[in-house]
Amino acid sequence: MIMDYLYYLRKDKMPHIWCDGCGNGIILKSILRVIDKLGWKKDDIALVSGIGCSSRTPGYVDFNTLHTTHGRALAFATGLKIAKPNLHVIVVSGDGDSTAIGGNHFIHACRRNIDISMVIFNNYIYGMTGGQVSPTTPTGKKATTAPYGNPDAPFDISLLAQGAGAAFVARTTVQQYARMDKFIEMAFTHKGFSVVEVLTPCPTSYGRKNKEGNGVTMLEYQKQNAVTIERAAKLSPEELQGKLVTGIFVDRDQPTYLERYDNVRNKAKKAIPKVRDGENYAIQI
Amino acid sequence: MRESLPGFCHYGRVRRGEETRGIGVIVDNQKSNIRMMQGNSACAEGAIAAGCRFFAGYPITPSSEIAEDLAEKLPAIGGNFIQMEDEIAAMGAVIGASLTGVKSLTATSGPGFSLKQENIGFAAMTEVPVVIVNVMRGGPSTGLPTHTSQGDVMQARWGSHGDSGIIVLCPASVEEMFYMTVKAFNFSEKFRTPVILLPDEIIGHLTERIELPDYALLEIVNRSKPIVPPEKYLPYEMVESDIPPMAFFGEGYRYHVTGLAHDETGFPTNDPEKVEEQIRRINRKIERYRDEIVEVEDVFTEDMDVFVVAYGSTARSAKRAVMIARENGIKAGLLRLKTLWPFPDKEIEKIYRRANKIVVPEMNLGQIAHEVEWATRREKPVIRVNHVNGEPLTPKEIYERIKG
Ligand SMILES: Cc1ncc(C[n+]2csc(CCOP(=O)(O)OP(=O)(O)O)c2C)c(N)n1
Ligand code: SF4
Repeated sequence: MIMDYLYYLRKDKMPHIWCDGCGNGIILKSILRVIDKLGWKKDDIALVSGIGCSSRTPGYVDFNTLHTTHGRALAFATGLKIAKPNLHVIVVSGDGDSTAIGGNHFIHACRRNIDISMVIFNNYIYGMTGGQVSPTTPTGKKATTAPYGNPDAPFDISLLAQGAGAAFVARTTVQQYARMDKFIEMAFTHKGFSVVEVLTPCPTSYGRKNKEGNGVTMLEYQKQNAVTIERAAKLSPEELQGKLVTGIFVDRDQPTYLERYDNVRNKAKKAIPKVRDGENYAIQI
Repeated sequence: MRESLPGFCHYGRVRRGEETRGIGVIVDNQKSNIRMMQGNSACAEGAIAAGCRFFAGYPITPSSEIAEDLAEKLPAIGGNFIQMEDEIAAMGAVIGASLTGVKSLTATSGPGFSLKQENIGFAAMTEVPVVIVNVMRGGPSTGLPTHTSQGDVMQARWGSHGDSGIIVLCPASVEEMFYMTVKAFNFSEKFRTPVILLPDEIIGHLTERIELPDYALLEIVNRSKPIVPPEKYLPYEMVESDIPPMAFFGEGYRYHVTGLAHDETGFPTNDPEKVEEQIRRINRKIERYRDEIVEVEDVFTEDMDVFVVAYGSTARSAKRAVMIARENGIKAGLLRLKTLWPFPDKEIEKIYRRANKIVVPEMNLGQIAHEVEWATRREKPVIRVNHVNGEPLTPKEIYERIKG
């Protein structure tokens, strides 16, 4: 049976704000396909974001949705997940949102290994504010705040997540949508903190500034330049120039924050034995 | 020489240890409910009594004992404590937790309070109940970490951008740390708004006698939940009370929460009428209930020539100064502000004409004095008594200005 995207979308909120040729819609569809495949109930899903074009996603989907402050989605999501562990908490974020202003929350969420799945829409630029340089803009590329070319070295988000201790890390391009579905599904079902970095075209802000054409041309570029981690290992640094390395970087089983906190709870209950449960400490909610 | 009231001798120099903290009624090995307790511990205890089951914070002197106590107690009663990576994250986490219906608290001091401001504004805009404790230390910047101040009064009111109502409570004793924390939760639940508890360092670190109540008898307010079916639910509906019911995440009422200007459905809008309507409502819902919120303590104001207005630990010195003045034949009276915002202007207005002059002592350069001048239309001279050096104001210093 063909899946009905509209079942998950807030139809009355259409049309969305994204530009023609933007990759964000492709990622949204992939997220919805995975949710549909997993059979998750809409009431059990919380979709959380920060600020940016990509972070507008929650407004269009019929879940419990939370559009927070710039860079802080993971902080809000952490509170949500701890307070209501049966919610499937998904965070969507841009490269600027997650690694500039939100960089600290990002590495700590990886380290904490709380059971949240994060999809990062990496378009190498600040889309929403009109094309300023981002921590993932490659050196030398242009942005409105880097008119002579970006002097900074970029972050590799997936390697950053790996180094910070995330349980699952994978990267794909939007052009490889079957892989994207697979990685997102693996992330959503993985225990602990999982990250899928999706490389996505922003023709309006990045493409235009760097003369990379429209959405179609940019997808074409992804198709020609995506290489798997395995193949990349065999390429020289020169051959790797401009290549988009995709694949699964991390897939490990490790205790989650909530599992570790259960131990804390057990110890606390033993240390403070005479808790008047249900009487003076009746939970109010 | 420093004159001090009982309890003040510990000011700022208390060495923490089990004997001064008082573990509260959670370990029920004591016959009575009377404890020697530190202000910060009383705050933690009050939070538990109010039903708080989630705390997120980042350590900062002089507030850390609140976090430490809750790290110990919350997991034992099915709650959660988490030390986040910074104050911004902590503020985000308490909002996230509160959206699921769990009463949530964060505690901090000056520099951390500044960091939290963007997300405090988010909580005001999205009407998510949370309690923020700011144990005030000397500023600006890192200032005086272990010394007292009342320098964040205006930041508490206006720290976040835009117009939003706010409730700020200011305790002056360990017992009030307990009861005002409960009250802060009750107000935040009732009005769906962030509430700030604003003790100064002296009160946070003061150890004194407190009688804890039977928690079962405390008045506890819980936010009202929608009674309409999910399809009919409007999270920001313009209801008669101005306080729309709040659905919890994960309970079948799927809705959108955004810090962007939104309409009654919760979705972003730029429609000037809708935007204005909502912003006015989140301000009005506090203004119109101000009489229910505002509380003051009145000492000898019936017949007075000198009117003293004070709050927090300063009010204790001021009270003593008023006593000394009376003993010396000067008719002085004190109004202690327990609520700082909404500002108790009506309460001041009602009585200030009885006096010839007004004295406002505070541990800043005159933040509340401005408000007092405004409430009294500058009809009487307002004399400021100020410290910004981390030292408390003594009864003697205040008495000198009452007299002079
Ligand atoms: C505290 C704060 N600083 C700055 C901004 C302005 N701002 C909005 S979106 C954005 C960048 C978004 O870029 P990215 O996260 O890469 O998302 P994209 O729009 O490209 O999807 C910035 C700087 C803001 N909203 N809040
Ligand atoms: S500016 Fe870029 S990221 Fe934003 S909607 Fe347009 S194409 Fe997409």
